[in-house]
Amino acid sequence: MSELPPPQTPGLVHAALVHDSAPLHVAGTALYVDDVPEPRGLLHLAFGQSREAHARIVSMDLAEVKAAPGVVAVFTAADIPGENNVAPVAHDDRLLAEDLVEFVGQPLFLVAASSVKAARKAARLGKIVYEPLPALTTIAQAREAGARIEPDQVMRRGDVDQALAEAPFRLQGRFELGGQEHFYLEGHVAMAVPGEDRTLHVLSSTQHPSEMQHLLAHLLKLRNADVTIEVRRMGGAFGGKETQAVLFAAAAALVAMKTGKPAKFRADRDDDMVLTGKRHDFATGFDVGFDQEGRILGLRYDLASRCGMSTDLSKAINDRAMFHADNCYYLPAVEIVSHRFKTHTVSNTAFRGFGGPQGMIAAERVMDTIAAHLNLDPLAVRQANFYGPGRDVTPYQMIVEDFVADRLVEELRITSRYDERRAAIAAFNRTHPYLRRGIALTPVKFGISFTTSFLNQAGALIHLYTDGSIHLNHGGTEMGQGLMIKVAQIVADVFGVPLSAVRIVATRTDKVPNTSATAASSGTDLNGMAAFEAAQILRGRLAELMAFEAGCEPEEVLFADGRVVAGDLDITFAELCSKAHMARVSLSATGFYATPKIHYDRASHTGRPFLYFSYGAAVSEVVIDTLTGESRTLRADLLADVGCSINPAIDLGQVEGGFIQGMGWLTTEELVYDAKGKLLTHAPSTYKIPTASDRPPILNVSLWQPGKNREPTIHRSKAVGEPPFMLAISVWSALTQAVAAAVGKPGAVPTLDAPATPERILAAIAAGKAAAS
Amino acid sequence: MSDQIRFLLDGQWETVGGIDPTTTVLDWLRQTKGRTGSKEGCAEGDCGACTVLVGSAEQGKLVWRAVNSCILFLPMLHGKALRTVESLGGEHPVQRAMVEHHGSQCGFCTPGIVMSLYGRSLGAAGTEGAKIEDVLAGNLCRCTGYGPILDAAKAVPVQADDDAALLAELQKQPHGGLRFSGWFSPATADELAGLLLEHPDARIVAGATDVGLWVTKQHRALPKIIYIGGIADLSAIEETEDGLTLGASVRYGDAHGALGRLHPDLGELVRRIGAVQVRNAGTIAGNIANGSPIGDMPPALIALGASITLRRGGERRVLALEDFFIDYGKQDRRPGEFVESVRIPRPRPDQIVRIVKLSKRFDSDISAVCGAVCLTLAKGRITAARIAFGGMAGIPKRAPAAEAALVGSFWGESSCEDAARALAEDFSPLTDVRGSAEYRLIAAGNILRRLWFEANGLGGTVLSAEAIDV
Ligand SMILES: Cc1cc2nc3c(=O)[nH]c(=O)nc-3n(C[C@@H](O)[C@@H](O)[C@H](O)COP(=O)(O)OP(=O)(O)OC[C@H]3O[C@@H](n4cnc5c(N)ncnc54)[C@H](O)[C@@H]3O)c2cc1C
Ligand code: FES
Ligand code: FES
Repeated sequence: MSELPPPQTPGLVHAALVHDSAPLHVAGTALYVDDVPEPRGLLHLAFGQSREAHARIVSMDLAEVKAAPGVVAVFTAADIPGENNVAPVAHDDRLLAEDLVEFVGQPLFLVAASSVKAARKAARLGKIVYEPLPALTTIAQAREAGARIEPDQVMRRGDVDQALAEAPFRLQGRFELGGQEHFYLEGHVAMAVPGEDRTLHVLSSTQHPSEMQHLLAHLLKLRNADVTIEVRRMGGAFGGKETQAVLFAAAAALVAMKTGKPAKFRADRDDDMVLTGKRHDFATGFDVGFDQEGRILGLRYDLASRCGMSTDLSKAINDRAMFHADNCYYLPAVEIVSHRFKTHTVSNTAFRGFGGPQGMIAAERVMDTIAAHLNLDPLAVRQANFYGPGRDVTPYQMIVEDFVADRLVEELRITSRYDERRAAIAAFNRTHPYLRRGIALTPVKFGISFTTSFLNQAGALIHLYTDGSIHLNHGGTEMGQGLMIKVAQIVADVFGVPLSAVRIVATRTDKVPNTSATAASSGTDLNGMAAFEAAQILRGRLAELMAFEAGCEPEEVLFADGRVVAGDLDITFAELCSKAHMARVSLSATGFYATPKIHYDRASHTGRPFLYFSYGAAVSEVVIDTLTGESRTLRADLLADVGCSINPAIDLGQVEGGFIQGMGWLTTEELVYDAKGKLLTHAPSTYKIPTASDRPPILNVSLWQPGKNREPTIHRSKAVGEPPFMLAISVWSALTQAVAAAVGKPGAVPTLDAPATPERILAAIAAGKAAAS
Repeated sequence: MSDQIRFLLDGQWETVGGIDPTTTVLDWLRQTKGRTGSKEGCAEGDCGACTVLVGSAEQGKLVWRAVNSCILFLPMLHGKALRTVESLGGEHPVQRAMVEHHGSQCGFCTPGIVMSLYGRSLGAAGTEGAKIEDVLAGNLCRCTGYGPILDAAKAVPVQADDDAALLAELQKQPHGGLRFSGWFSPATADELAGLLLEHPDARIVAGATDVGLWVTKQHRALPKIIYIGGIADLSAIEETEDGLTLGASVRYGDAHGALGRLHPDLGELVRRIGAVQVRNAGTIAGNIANGSPIGDMPPALIALGASITLRRGGERRVLALEDFFIDYGKQDRRPGEFVESVRIPRPRPDQIVRIVKLSKRFDSDISAVCGAVCLTLAKGRITAARIAFGGMAGIPKRAPAAEAALVGSFWGESSCEDAARALAEDFSPLTDVRGSAEYRLIAAGNILRRLWFEANGLGGTVLSAEAIDV
């Protein structure tokens, strides 16, 4: 792809502009699905849910449900006209269970009532007879039973057995990594309004309107063109609304089609947390061979994840874990075995990083283990293993062409005074009776592109009106990440008009069809480029007309400050639009983009799945109390390579927000299930995401100034949504250092599991002491 | 006595009747008024997306409180003023600062955050002198990481509004009770005592920070409710040299200062109970009466030697706090009886007091273990010990074996060690989502072990630690 024209208007692209919806957010006037005025006769919905993790349904007596006050209708799987499926790929998620349930909370029947309360109360009145079956609820149980959602996948390069056998040093380790609830502040919600002649309009809080459209059409025996999905904004998503939103929209759509009345499903927080998937928890093992400097010679991973009861996106998620198990490190001989275990728990799903964090953290644990064994600064071990010239092939055979993590790390090492603080921390640890500190500097390399290559495409639709106002539409959805403002900046710049000329509108499947999910950090890369193309096409048409009138070449026409200048002609952008209309020039255009260069062969796990990598580095300092297990992050310095940022304010927000979310995953956020597979932590009273005071009191966040994408992405920017999440691995690594200091035995390998709750920190200290003695 | 709920919304009287009294303010705002700015993020008081300000006339002043409208019953607004995010108009300095500092991403938490910061800018209850992190501890944001919000908060000056007109309007409302469809708001303690004799089956509601969840989460029906939050003669805080007496409707927020003066650890404990919105509603007597094994006030107050006064009609009896808790879910409270006040003696200079709350998250979390110790020393010896724990048994409970290990021994590291070991005789805790039995026992013991270091200035906690400065 050739070089794009650079931005032309100062203060638009690369400017720190405020989020387009911010004035509405603060006023409370930004509309989310549940805020839209309710149509006449609206029905409210709730699911009757399974109490068993794995059982055959013997009978369902719903008489009491139907008789409950306010109930209008009750539906079961038998009422679904088309395919009873809400799964993205594998056709293995039911809207309503048929004869089998596979997790506690699975929807069995659907209640439509005149009020939310009536629906929720009635949904509890079903009398279900189950024939319980043996349930697998943990990775260990699934491993034992051999229950998988697909065969084990293996990625390998070189002869690992030989490398391990010949290495001067060899160590094994294992650790467990918890899952994570998305805890978007806005829970799942959808409202379906039936239209004339068997059509349907659905407002949903979804990252993937097209997939929802297709699934709903199939479920209702409609054609895709009969169903329109609309999403203006989500109150947070983080991957949790990529596939999971369909369940609620399908329920609302079914009721709307069956009753002819509009229907809304707003899940309450507990139901939302029980009904929808989470980040995959992992059990990770490794076997590493290395030399005196800590340089890895051979590495074998065993990555096991709990996928839950269905496939969902687990294949691609676990693939991405494999893709990131190298992080920034060259592995001369490597084998990554990935087990995707099936359990009778809710089906786990996409979550910021999409398996990448689980893979990457394994690499960082390996670094900490080697460093502990050799008594080296873990940073030195990391640096010794970096990709570099002649050491630039990943385990999946892609060449790392754009490596800059070494430069970020060196810069951060200096600006954060890593070495001095590390020495001071060691001194502190020698004197304090029971507090221990730790510091760690960890890098991030995150592959950008959907690893399923065909998904890397996007469309946009731009209309110009005769008053010069611009209607901007594309396939991307807004979940708070600032996609809309970035794309609007790009488009306004093309026309040389102020941002206020652009009307940002809801994403709709009837405007831009067959879109991919807004996911994989790709929103701006894909949609920004598609919108850029649409804008260029329109600008070309306008320039041609202007050039004709001014008697010059189209290239000589200048669009700036809301005016268009060519030769002696100097008119407003609005005047030109109006002129174009009079001259019968089309003022509407679509744009399209498909990511170049990428290819991947999943059978051999080789290829170039990514167009490029986003990089970052972070230093975190923590303190733990070795008596209570409490911990706190006292300071963090973050440096992110976002290329040439389209909007530094938005990008900084992503970096800080991602880091804190990652910190939550690794520290306070603990999902607890009982022995029967029932989720016990299904509300914020028991599931603890970070609060304001958990933010490190000192938090320095910067974008890496030299950053520039090597690939010709939109204005040489880089993706930013997911990579910063993994900066939080520095917190976990620092906690690992603090635990090691508490154990106090040089050479002892770390044992800390995640999330590092007070209990796990105490357990890790005890285990470390036991192992060392 | 009124049979309709009357309150001021943006200066205009709203009159509401004929509704289910357990309708929440949030549902009423969103569904009846179409004011959808306030959001529901959890319906249990934990996320703050539904934060509104409630103003009440108190001692000739208008006092604003940020509260969670999702667990506030509409009748609790009777005689009060209400402000929601819509009241601010969009251009308030707090709103502008939030925009300029990039304080919103998805925007769903934002209205609640705006209201908390607006409260701070007015000097609302619980915000004066508080760190911004504490003002916002009850507002979860999943997107921003909070930094931009903290920056926005710092940019907004604290400046009270001119509330004179609103205050005058509120004071016009005759301060009587409210009574309709199963809801009673008595105006005096005597009236309450009489009502409870008449309706011993009624549910007392004070701040509804426990009861609200029974409705929103468990869908429990509460046919008869007696609301005690508005009772002036139960709101007294008597602070003397010997101690503190708190009326039954004293909220955490009201007593926070006085409790902190009693002992700094008690102030710190209250800072970590819920967050501003919860402390602006929840009462200390309610925390006791609720009888939960993981309530934070009981262990602290038991260690300090607190007692409660129970009243039934005209009869009163005083009970040592630890004797109130009989068994899990069972308290020494007779039908028609209510907790009238709580009395907490002031620690003496010869006493060492330490109160420790352990939870997964520091702010707005329920304790895994809450431990409180009060030791009396004379000439290097421990002459008396009161140790109580929450989260270690079915009720908040003293630790007689640990106390016995200390009394009579020299105050030192080894006596702390003995006490810590003795805890295994005192407790066999349960495993639940907040911690395993093993963790609870180890950590409880370590709270006692840490005492000695702390008393000798070798202490500190992770909360008091600061980053290394080189
Ligand atoms: C988000 C959130 C966070 C919280 N965090 C904490 C925490 O960190 N630590 C903690 O300990 N608690 C916490 N709580 C619970 C705490 O707020 C309550 O226990 C509170 O103290 C109860 O007081 P209330 O006035 O709200 O009681 P209500 O909910 O009104 O009543 C609670 C119970 O006490 C009874 N009752 C109330 N007053 C009396 C009286 N005078 N006489 C007899 N019976 C009475 C009621 O009938 C009811 O059974 C939290 C709650 C929420 C919602
Ligand atoms: S909705 Fe979460 S606190 Fe009210
Ligand atoms: S901005 Fe999304 S939760 Fe705060």
